Amino acid sequence: MKKFWKSGEPYVLASGASLAIMLVMTLALAGVIMSNGLGYFWPRALVKLEQKDGSFALGQVMQKENNPISGIRRLQLKVGNRDVFGQDFRWVDEQDIVSRTMPADAVLLERREHGNYFGFLQGVTADGLTLTAATPYEKLQQGLKLVSAKLDDTAKIKKQMSNLNYTAESLRLKLLKLEYSGKEKNAAEIGEVTAVREKALAEFTALNEQFATIQAGIGTVTAQFTDVTGAGKDIALVDIITLQRPNSMSLFAKCGAYLERLRELLLDDPRESNTEGGLFPAIFGTVMMVMLMSVFSLPFGVIAAIYLREYAREGLMTRMVRIAVNNLAGVPSIVYGVFGLGFFVYGVGGSIDSLFFPERLPTPTFGTGGILWSSLTLALLTVPVVIVATEESLASIPKGIREGSLALGATKFQTLTKNLLPMATPGIMTGLILSMARAAGEVAPLMIVGVVKLAPTLPFDTNFPFFHMERKFMHLGFHIYDVGFQSPNVEAAKPMVYVTTMLLLAIVVVASSTAIYLRNRMRKKYTTSTF
Amino acid sequence: MPQTNEQAGNAPILSVSGLDLHYGEAHALKNVNLDMARHQVTAFIGPSGCGKSTLLRCFNRMNDLVESARIEGSIRFNGDEINGPSTDVITLRRKIGMVFQQSNPFPKSIYENIVYGLRIAGVNDKATLDETVERSLKSTAIWNEVKDRLNDSALGLSGGQAQRICIARAIAVNPEIILMDEPCSALDPISTLKIEELIEELKSKYTIVIVTHNMQQAARVSDVTAFFYLGELIEAGGTRKIFTNPEKKQTEDYITGRFG
Repeated sequence: MKKFWKSGEPYVLASGASLAIMLVMTLALAGVIMSNGLGYFWPRALVKLEQKDGSFALGQVMQKENNPISGIRRLQLKVGNRDVFGQDFRWVDEQDIVSRTMPADAVLLERREHGNYFGFLQGVTADGLTLTAATPYEKLQQGLKLVSAKLDDTAKIKKQMSNLNYTAESLRLKLLKLEYSGKEKNAAEIGEVTAVREKALAEFTALNEQFATIQAGIGTVTAQFTDVTGAGKDIALVDIITLQRPNSMSLFAKCGAYLERLRELLLDDPRESNTEGGLFPAIFGTVMMVMLMSVFSLPFGVIAAIYLREYAREGLMTRMVRIAVNNLAGVPSIVYGVFGLGFFVYGVGGSIDSLFFPERLPTPTFGTGGILWSSLTLALLTVPVVIVATEESLASIPKGIREGSLALGATKFQTLTKNLLPMATPGIMTGLILSMARAAGEVAPLMIVGVVKLAPTLPFDTNFPFFHMERKFMHLGFHIYDVGFQSPNVEAAKPMVYVTTMLLLAIVVVASSTAIYLRNRMRKKYTTSTF
Repeated sequence: MPQTNEQAGNAPILSVSGLDLHYGEAHALKNVNLDMARHQVTAFIGPSGCGKSTLLRCFNRMNDLVESARIEGSIRFNGDEINGPSTDVITLRRKIGMVFQQSNPFPKSIYENIVYGLRIAGVNDKATLDETVERSLKSTAIWNEVKDRLNDSALGLSGGQAQRICIARAIAVNPEIILMDEPCSALDPISTLKIEELIEELKSKYTIVIVTHNMQQAARVSDVTAFFYLGELIEAGGTRKIFTNPEKKQTEDYITGRFG
């Protein structure tokens, strides 16, 4: 027995077991997120329940469980029709259910407002539209197509309007600037700019009217539905986003609907205070913020590490710097947020505003949270990781390489750029991977330096200078917090939390895998690096 | 001052006089005086820690890398003071090449390893580089072994091949002196033999200073041998004389294996 302990075998087993437990836990977490997140998009059947008291309910079965108090088996039904019933979800005790049917003509509507509607189609009022189809359902499909074509027209107008709005706004800022620098001096120019602006505003008003007319025109086209209780409901076709009859959909059609929802998730804007619709602005914001962060932290970290390792004289000072760097990595991230707010937003941003945009004050331009300040704050947070990784990988390069290079008449700088840095790159990449993963998941500091629940515009668009660093942005991590814990309709938001988590994980995994792939390719080239 | 220059009238290429070196508190070299003649192989022998490698590293100022090193005395290369303020260490190292104990090929292709010295000197003309690669690899007798895989990584070479690549790399910049710091200590006998033959051939073009633990090697390859002990140069002279009829007792004891 003593021999068994001495042999070290138990420790090997223990390490193996702990590794296995970690792996299982990670995989389980990923599995839970994946199944909940991906399953959410699958078109579930609409079940009609007859209850003992004679009432009916129509909805999708979300989950089954034992009532924690009475122990009675119950199921959670998503009944939709929030505007009618007041809530989307209802618990039904299984013992109260008399019969279950799946009516083939039950329709599911995704609406622009008030969530989903479950019911039965009665007819379509083809006001101003010529609908040739025979059955009401086909009529409705045809009508939706015509309406969405018209909506596409309005989308074009909307785009023009937003461009005009942007022009008018930049002209307004220009006016402010001119007035600020001297009203009398710039009188002529002010007149010109005002005229141009007036013209843009007039165009805007005209377009707005055109927009209103089109919208009014299609707004009157409605379809009549009844819900499971028999109450009627008129719904305008413009409010309908998707129309489905999940009970009579083929597997193929369900797959189509599933993929369509995925596309919407990845490429569309959110709706209904973020609980519905897509996540595109949040995905974009997260990726752009992480990239900006890398652009700031990588060069700074690498240069700092090179100085510390290669140039700085070993002594009390370098030791203290090194300790400080290591401790920086342990500072709670919210502290960075507060520092970012004080230093970047109010300090640097405020100075930029008073120097370059004094005419806009007190409206801040850079003196408020934005993607630039968020990236810089996170760069500060992650730079220690890059410094430590770079230093370690520089230290792991054999002395012979340095000496060999110097002995051939290379300067220190040449040795660094031609030999040491390429060899240290895999290690630097490791640091970058770690810092990107950290930055992508960090929420707390962002909440005070630039993340918002809903950003009207992306920080990147087609208007010069394309990158709008001062803009606020959306972030997947914050989205999880906001949708999951700040949403008025928590139950409806639950799937969105899973989906958002899944996407955030996916972004981290994709970014890390890319970096790991690049690192392995480099490692093959420079096999002496041990990092 | 010991007379090491056997051919009178030939000015020494390297001349050390009154050299003292301290590593912090440790006195690593004590009042060393030694001349090395052109186109000769000088071997430094002595037990570990006797300062022979330290002296070698003084010649191309590799000791600059050691912060605690403090040098007093004079080393003259072609009459010019090595540690003088006007000496450009880059130029000096280009003229005095070095081969290390552990072969240290860069993680680049064989070709890039050889032309490294030229590239950092700003030479990028393809014809010159090609010509240099062929010349240096031929003069280190490794051309036939690697000519078909010049673009492969030098890290895939065997120890002996890698060491010869390192010698070729040092030759590529056309130095006047090649310093070798125990170049064969990590190699097998056959590779050692090849390097020793190489030293014999290179002698006609370059001056070679070699540090070795292997007394047979010193006897085989060198013209002049210097024996160090505890930082002091005990005796230097023609190799045959040192090995057959040393003047000092300590030298004799070391050579006959009574200590060390």
